[in-house]
Amino acid sequence: MTTTSEPPLQLTAGVQLVRPSSSLGVLARPKGDTGWKSWLFTVDHKRIGIMYGAAALVFLVIGGIEALLIRLQLAVPGGNVLSEDAYNQVFTMHGVTMVFLVIMPMAAAFANYLLPLQIGARDVAFPRLNAFSLWAFLAGGIFLNTSWFLGGAPDGGWFGYAPNSGLVYSPSNGMDFYALGLQIAGIASLVSAINLITTVLNMRAPGMTLFRMPVLTWMLLVVQFLLLFAIPVITVALFLLTFDRLFGANFFNVAAGADPLLWQHLFWIFGHPEVYILILPAFGIMSEVIPVFSRKPIFGYPFMVFSGIAIGFMGWGVWAHHMFTSGMGPVSVAAFSLSTMFIAVPTGVKILNWLATMWGGRLRMTTAMMYSVGAVAMFTIGGLSGVTHAIAPADTQQTDTYYIVAHFHYVIFGGSLMGMLSGIYFWWPKMFGHKLDEKLGKIGFWVLLIGFNLTFGPMHILGLQGMSRRIHSYAADSGFNLWNMFATVGSFVVALGVMLFFWNIGVSRRRARGAPPVGPDPWDARGLEWMTASPTPAHNFDRDITVTRPDEFWHRKWRIGPDGEVKRIARAADVAHDGSATDVHLPSPSYWPVVVALGLPLVAYGLIYNLWITGLGALLILGGLYGWVFEPPDDPEAHDHHDDHDADGSDDSGNGASGGGASSNGDGAPADGDGARELAGVGAGLAASTAKATGAQP
Amino acid sequence: MSEVANPPPAVTAPAGAGHASAAHPPTNTGMSHNKVAMWLFLGSECLLFGALISVYMFAKSRLPAGEIGPLDVFDIPFTSVSSFVLLMSSLTMVLALSAITRGEERGFRVWIVATALLGGTFIAGQVYEFTVFYNLGLGYTTNIFGSAFYTLTGFHGAHVTIGIVMLMSALVANLRGRLGPRNAETVELIGLYWHFVDIVWILIFTIIYLFPQ
Repeated sequence: MTTTSEPPLQLTAGVQLVRPSSSLGVLARPKGDTGWKSWLFTVDHKRIGIMYGAAALVFLVIGGIEALLIRLQLAVPGGNVLSEDAYNQVFTMHGVTMVFLVIMPMAAAFANYLLPLQIGARDVAFPRLNAFSLWAFLAGGIFLNTSWFLGGAPDGGWFGYAPNSGLVYSPSNGMDFYALGLQIAGIASLVSAINLITTVLNMRAPGMTLFRMPVLTWMLLVVQFLLLFAIPVITVALFLLTFDRLFGANFFNVAAGADPLLWQHLFWIFGHPEVYILILPAFGIMSEVIPVFSRKPIFGYPFMVFSGIAIGFMGWGVWAHHMFTSGMGPVSVAAFSLSTMFIAVPTGVKILNWLATMWGGRLRMTTAMMYSVGAVAMFTIGGLSGVTHAIAPADTQQTDTYYIVAHFHYVIFGGSLMGMLSGIYFWWPKMFGHKLDEKLGKIGFWVLLIGFNLTFGPMHILGLQGMSRRIHSYAADSGFNLWNMFATVGSFVVALGVMLFFWNIGVSRRRARGAPPVGPDPWDARGLEWMTASPTPAHNFDRDITVTRPDEFWHRKWRIGPDGEVKRIARAADVAHDGSATDVHLPSPSYWPVVVALGLPLVAYGLIYNLWITGLGALLILGGLYGWVFEPPDDPEAHDHHDDHDADGSDDSGNGASGGGASSNGDGAPADGDGARELAGVGAGLAASTAKATGAQP
Repeated sequence: MSEVANPPPAVTAPAGAGHASAAHPPTNTGMSHNKVAMWLFLGSECLLFGALISVYMFAKSRLPAGEIGPLDVFDIPFTSVSSFVLLMSSLTMVLALSAITRGEERGFRVWIVATALLGGTFIAGQVYEFTVFYNLGLGYTTNIFGSAFYTLTGFHGAHVTIGIVMLMSALVANLRGRLGPRNAETVELIGLYWHFVDIVWILIFTIIYLFPQ
């Protein structure tokens, strides 16, 4: 929707100058490029990505504090740090926060920031929808966490098994907050998935065929497809739970004949693809970092891509391995047991390819590389314990023990989070123009790695000894004392590692003041995102990049001779754009995404407390959508009238962000002369994407 | 390897140069962003309704004996008529798109109003049906069949309603001169959504009404 007729904005290097305007919308356009307003109303995919990342780090601290509370409670037998009720809330919110409010938005941060850059695009396909995704996610996250102050947080586990999460067993409003909060976050994810898939399918630079895309872009694309098809399933499940709890429906009412397995099936049909939604972005990051610091191309690029796609497909056929002990019958158990063993194959392919990439490479053990290697190692441990779950008789013993807790922390913390930390260290200079301190980073890495293994390694033993998950306390003679103490000590070492990371951000930032700029390509990297200035200017690239092969940027710096020797043919600074372009079309900021996103939690609060608030929220959403639709994607008054961005036929070519939408309607009208046309298009897309409110066709 | 094809951008390009260049496709797929997004959204909707229909069938199969069920309430002739009405609205939707593509704005308005009216008739039929069912003793909370039936058909009805609002918005936009033949794709996108909702109803009617056992 958005970037169809783009009025050109005068740019100085790295600074977006937005002109004041007051036409067409009910309100004037947001103005300016500094200050909090320029962040609140931005539609720039890079700023949105950074805000996604910042929000994820804040929630990481919240979820981390919850984890520490759990470990304090379990440090010694008969712990009394938390009451049973509080303990249920804390472990539920720890899981919900880490899955939905830390790992997923962190992946969204990388997707937003890097995906357009890696395919050589100007922005995403729908910049305002992108802003809406961010604010809706944030609204959902904050809504969920306000439950702490409104009578108690969700207490039915992150999986929210009904009927245990129904009114009978969970009478507080906590699970309402769970169902409605995740619904809001789900809308954000769904909109974002549609947006990013459209971006990848439609906006690749000239020559950037699908099989020249970086592995990270591929993995993010697979993840968006998983989200696209998994979110509606959890949407239905959450609606049913909400209707049961608020309106007295009978979906999970066992007394009325309901089957308690219904929720489990719906949840895990979403929940297992969700597992790959959490891990594949980290796989993509590791596939970018390891080649750069091994000074080799990724080993078996097609295998990497196809195994990612295979994981995406097979991820739909393994959900019931979460339910081996639910009594669903031997045929189902055998089938899902087999499919679960099969899905280990493409995952194993990936691990082998990372090792083969490193094999014979000239390794540079930077912090980013250490995190990536650490993530490969930790994920492999978690993957191996995962294969033991695939064997149904073994799983029967492991279900609901700490062995499972150990497993999924090794893959999600050890795999996803460490992979993403690797990405943060790797792309930090691209985002902020300075590196994070390497020495502090390496110390932080070792502290984190040791603390992590100290925390979750012993849980394998505890689980095999029979310690149940989610228990509030254990007796002194159960034999769990030693390893629980280990785990608690380890969790505080992890906390120290995370604090070192935050300290590093502060230290590096201070040190960077007055220091020489880091340059476009501090790591001698391979992807297009390094082919522009650091930090990335608002318009990304000064001109279109014509791609002729994978790792285009690297091949512009280096040439491989006939006998295999690698020779430098250009300096990165000469190849990369310097960000000085001054006449680039960018979408204008907008108020409406924030307004519509603000309506969502109001609707949710109203459903719990008072339907009048729901009406108010619905009005806000409806009004916001109409305002959105009547506002052209770009500010007509910011148009220079002397510019014609398609004049030379090569500038921005193939870049839907600038020329695509306007041209796609098959006419050559001046961009600002027919704002109504794309307005209407905006309406259709928007109404479709939110499906909650009505779309207007002006 | 170098960017010979990409001269540095001109700060001021020659005035009056051709706008939409034929030298390159506007998007990689050749489809507009909006259309790709609409297809993706409809793909996602398939799983929404797929899950809802599965939940309905699951719930119906577990209805305790003796409780009010599908056979006690369904009125197949009535619902057949309202289904026919909804299917005909797809025809008028196609005619509306055809009219606007050919620049016949008056025909467009006639057919878009007809589509909205047929959709509205379907919704009115649904409201009537719900009322009758309720009076027969099937409330939302009565039993598991009631919850599942009203949720599934209610979700579908909400989708039709959103479609009607989109149609009416398109009509108003056209009357105000903001939606003409150039925006035919917008009408096409509304049509895609509308046909999708129709197809879902064919499934619901077949699975829920014609096989009530």
